[in-house]
Amino acid sequence: MYETAFTPWASLGGGVLIGLAAVLLMLVLGRVMGATGILAGVFAPASTYDFSWRAALLLGMVTGPAVYWLATGAMPEVIVPASTPMLILGGLIVGVGVTYGSGCTSGHGVCGMARLSPRSIAATLTFMATTAVTVYVVRHVIGG
Amino acid sequence: MRFIVIYLIGVIFGTGIVLSGMANPAKVINFFDVAGSWDPSLAFVMGGALIVTAIGYRLVFGRARPIWEGRFNLPTARNLDARLLGGSAVFGVGWGISGFCPGGALPALGTGKPEVFIFVAAMLAGIFGARYLQSLSRPGPKVTT
Repeated sequence: MYETAFTPWASLGGGVLIGLAAVLLMLVLGRVMGATGILAGVFAPASTYDFSWRAALLLGMVTGPAVYWLATGAMPEVIVPASTPMLILGGLIVGVGVTYGSGCTSGHGVCGMARLSPRSIAATLTFMATTAVTVYVVRHVIGG
Repeated sequence: MRFIVIYLIGVIFGTGIVLSGMANPAKVINFFDVAGSWDPSLAFVMGGALIVTAIGYRLVFGRARPIWEGRFNLPTARNLDARLLGGSAVFGVGWGISGFCPGGALPALGTGKPEVFIFVAAMLAGIFGARYLQSLSRPGPKVTT
């Protein structure tokens, strides 16, 4: 088990930046900031323009850790408790789930919830519940 | 020019994700581990993001259209079907196992950690495997996400 520090201010600040990015993307392109849709679309773009804005956005996202490093002098902490086989399994399951569920934490949890979309509210409540159950089973039933 | 602005929007998102802790699986899993090493930080991420997005969207939707497009391109489906709820339930299982969601993992690629690349590769395999299955069961128009 990995203890992590409670970071209300950093997390609130990060959340505000996530929200700001979502609002700006809606302002310029009229699109939802959903990581799933943006990523999947880059592999099957409708046009060169469609590919370009998605690629620019993804490149920007990947630059985030460098900006964090410039601002704080340290790389952001990325601690992966899962073993490699479990990480691969988790990745496969996430990919299948977000495709059938039409979105993830950013698309449904932030953008959809902010629009009060009934589908996004239902999706978010559903995946938050199954995530919590899964963590409980992995940590306290199997890992116990 | 447009792509520089869009790139910078991505930078804001990616920086927000890593600052918030969403790119750190240990922190994500601890948020859900109320019975163990609970770390409530992610409630502040969701709270901050939701407040800003809800207010900001309201202002943006006051416009007739986005700056560079003719119209807003919003999801239009309204029905709560088994596909939506089942897919979301499955996503949560994967999120709980790995600690990565798509929006958390993509910016984390920038840390260069091999685990993130392994996760994203597996996730892409899942996305395109599922799309292939969908195309088999529903010939015709492609499913958009």
